[in-house]
Amino acid sequence: MAKQLYFEDVEVGTEVTPISKHPSTTTLVKWAGASEDYYPIHYDKDFALANKLPGVIVHGRLKAAYLGNLMTNWIGDLGVLKKLTCNYRGMDLPCSVLTCKGKVTKKYTQDGENLVECDIWLENDKGETTTPGSAVVALPSRKKK
Amino acid sequence: MAENAAVTEEMKGWIGRESPPSVIPIEKFMVRKFALATDDNNPMWQDEEYAKKSKHGSLVAPPQMLCCSMLSGGVNRPTPPHKFTRGLDGGATWEFFKTVNVGDTITSVAKLVDIKSRDGRMGTMLFLVWEISHINQKGELVAKTTSTGIWY
Repeated sequence: MAKQLYFEDVEVGTEVTPISKHPSTTTLVKWAGASEDYYPIHYDKDFALANKLPGVIVHGRLKAAYLGNLMTNWIGDLGVLKKLTCNYRGMDLPCSVLTCKGKVTKKYTQDGENLVECDIWLENDKGETTTPGSAVVALPSRKKK
Repeated sequence: MAENAAVTEEMKGWIGRESPPSVIPIEKFMVRKFALATDDNNPMWQDEEYAKKSKHGSLVAPPQMLCCSMLSGGVNRPTPPHKFTRGLDGGATWEFFKTVNVGDTITSVAKLVDIKSRDGRMGTMLFLVWEISHINQKGELVAKTTSTGIWY
């Protein structure tokens, strides 16, 4: 994994290292099986069209998992993901590039934990935010306690 | 239509109802399938030697695995009868209190906590909010999900 991130390394405004995902229709089938979400709007084009959708769409929860992946990659093995929030505001279609990004909004110590809050979001290939969210993580400190 | 006009007294009576418990063993192969589906190559989820040397001491499930329908969505969420035909997932908050280890058994119970309706871009929309508790085999609360379902 990437090098460990420490509490002292981040300030309000620090960017979360972005990650990109390229979900295909095959990815949606893999996610359906892995997560047990068999709602046909995610794999049956006729069913999706009959539901007034432009075609099969990416599962909201897959996008949530991508945003979780953004955070677990960034915080490293010693960081802890405490909270993850996602709102599925816009649809995403398979075969587009989805980029997960974030920015630190708050940094504080509480009950002995070094906590960092971030705004996080998922952008489509037009740069539109389809899935805004937030996260809280705990990071290790370089200082010995 | 006025705020909450589509919420009947019968529907309000469903608030507080709980689902039967859903018991899911967290197995190595299940985590592998999750990691492959999300294109997440973190060795902590799959490399036993790597995980053994980590603070966890053994393989763990990614926290975001709780985002799976089988754990925090699914068909068991108490849902009152209503007239709407199309459903969407509105979003969720996951709070993680303890690491989920490969080999744990997670019991999840969903409780309906709120029902609202309002007019939106797709006509009248119904919002159902559930809180789902996730408890391991030791009886520890490992995570809590607050999830919103939208019907229109």
